[in-house]
Amino acid sequence: MLLQQLVNGLTLGAVYTLIALAFSLVMGILSVLNLAIGELFMLGGYIGFAVIAMHFPLPVALAAGMAGAAILSVVIQKVAYEPLRDAPLVTPMLSTLGFSIILQNVVTNVWGSDPLQLPSEMFDNRVALGSVDIGVMQLVVVGATVALVAIVAYIVQQTSVGRALRAVAESREVARLLGVSVNRVTLVAFLISGLLAGAAGVLISLHYAAITPYIGVDIGLKAIAVMVIGGTTRVFGALIAGPLIGIVEVFTIAYGGSQIRDLVVYGLMILILLLRPQGLLGGSRQDVGPRV
Amino acid sequence: MMSTYYAGLLADIGILLIGTLSVYVILATGQLSLGNAGFMGIGSYIASFLTVEWHWPLTVALVISALAASMIGIIVGFPALRLKGIYLAIATLGFGEMVRSFFLNFDRMGGSSGYHGMQHISLAYIWLWAAGIFLIVTILERSQLWLELRAVHDDETAAGLVGLNTTHIKVGAFGFGAAIAAIAGGLFAHHYVYIEPGNFGFERSIDFVLAVILGGSTVGAGAVVGAGLLILLPEWLRFLADWRLAAFGVLLILVLLLRRQGILDRPLLAKLTFRSGAW
Repeated sequence: MLLQQLVNGLTLGAVYTLIALAFSLVMGILSVLNLAIGELFMLGGYIGFAVIAMHFPLPVALAAGMAGAAILSVVIQKVAYEPLRDAPLVTPMLSTLGFSIILQNVVTNVWGSDPLQLPSEMFDNRVALGSVDIGVMQLVVVGATVALVAIVAYIVQQTSVGRALRAVAESREVARLLGVSVNRVTLVAFLISGLLAGAAGVLISLHYAAITPYIGVDIGLKAIAVMVIGGTTRVFGALIAGPLIGIVEVFTIAYGGSQIRDLVVYGLMILILLLRPQGLLGGSRQDVGPRV
Repeated sequence: MMSTYYAGLLADIGILLIGTLSVYVILATGQLSLGNAGFMGIGSYIASFLTVEWHWPLTVALVISALAASMIGIIVGFPALRLKGIYLAIATLGFGEMVRSFFLNFDRMGGSSGYHGMQHISLAYIWLWAAGIFLIVTILERSQLWLELRAVHDDETAAGLVGLNTTHIKVGAFGFGAAIAAIAGGLFAHHYVYIEPGNFGFERSIDFVLAVILGGSTVGAGAVVGAGLLILLPEWLRFLADWRLAAFGVLLILVLLLRRQGILDRPLLAKLTFRSGAW
């Protein structure tokens, strides 16, 4: 029972990890909270569903969901972020909110507001591991998450694009003076952010075999907490914080009633913000965000 | 006689205006609150408790709930001093979600099934409060205290160096904003005569912020424009049926792109009120 909860928590946490990373790529580098990420995640899930419904295999669905969300993420960057980059931080945040409203409305009109469901036998293969019963889909979710985080970590830490990303995060002006194309870096941040959100959407909706247009709202907010707890400056922060929150949540539901989980998660987030604003894995640098 | 449809919209505008002003005074010090729906919820539950369980008059209940919320605002404001910019905004978001979640578990007042029993109030009563609070904010805007608030907004370090007590100003703004939001909550509860924790979630907090920014965050009158637009725009777009929210999103982005300072700013306000020169 305990182990089973642990596995369920890990699966949920893996999805939090991906969305938190999607948030932190934009937030850590540009200090902008992209409120449309929850809806990119939701959109990725619907695209994945549609592709599976056309009897394509899972990797195709994953790729399609990621591509769809990434394209939209780039559109958001071009329309909602770039023209407002010099405005106070609250302004681009609200223009991304505009996109979130549009996406939710469009998806509701296209696919309906009722939950879509997959035939339950589709991804229902399970393996028994001792006393623990693990769905194959759960393994896929966790495996894909670890792989994606590793790829993002490699890009951020080892490639020249990653160096440019980190340079812009440190100081936009200095990076520009050193010849970094800030526009291109911003585009890359939004692109990767969209890819991750889309992947998370496909994975979680296939895992639950159900999706609604409102799935992004709740999980999106929770992922912001995960991002803060892990720290916006370290890629691996989200990999620790995601499963941590997933497990905490599953255990509070199991032993404390489902109602108090938000209290626990957001309480933990505020505690981290006050005691360790750089996050669990953040460096020594105190993050002093720019003015709102 | 006004139709109930328009009366309902006007009541919504009045309540939203008060909530918008609660974000406006906090934002005037450069602090973005994404959790004012939490203060609204606190005010709403306290005021409802006082009128329903203890049969207190509503006006007294509103004042008490505002005082209680402002205490909590000050308690929240102190740790918030450690945080800046978007991190402060995220912390207030967490506070708002915690308050919502607290009332979800607060079975004494209905928990997730909500709370009712309040007496319905008139539209005039809502607008009396809205106009009163708007007047107070307008007077505040013409005071020296407001210059100090704006100084903290523009450059906190410089404001501290010229001898302003930035701690008092920032925490005080949180306390005042929380009190205003609480009154919006009390009026909301006694207008709809039913409340549930979901009324006071992130979406409500973001509505306040949206109204401030759309209307214009540098003048108090912007809150009136923002609150009015936020309620009326979706109504005007009703002819689009299922697509009206998408159209609303498009319009929102367009306004932000074309007028990032909000619809109303000082030059426009001066033109509209036939005033010349700076004030």
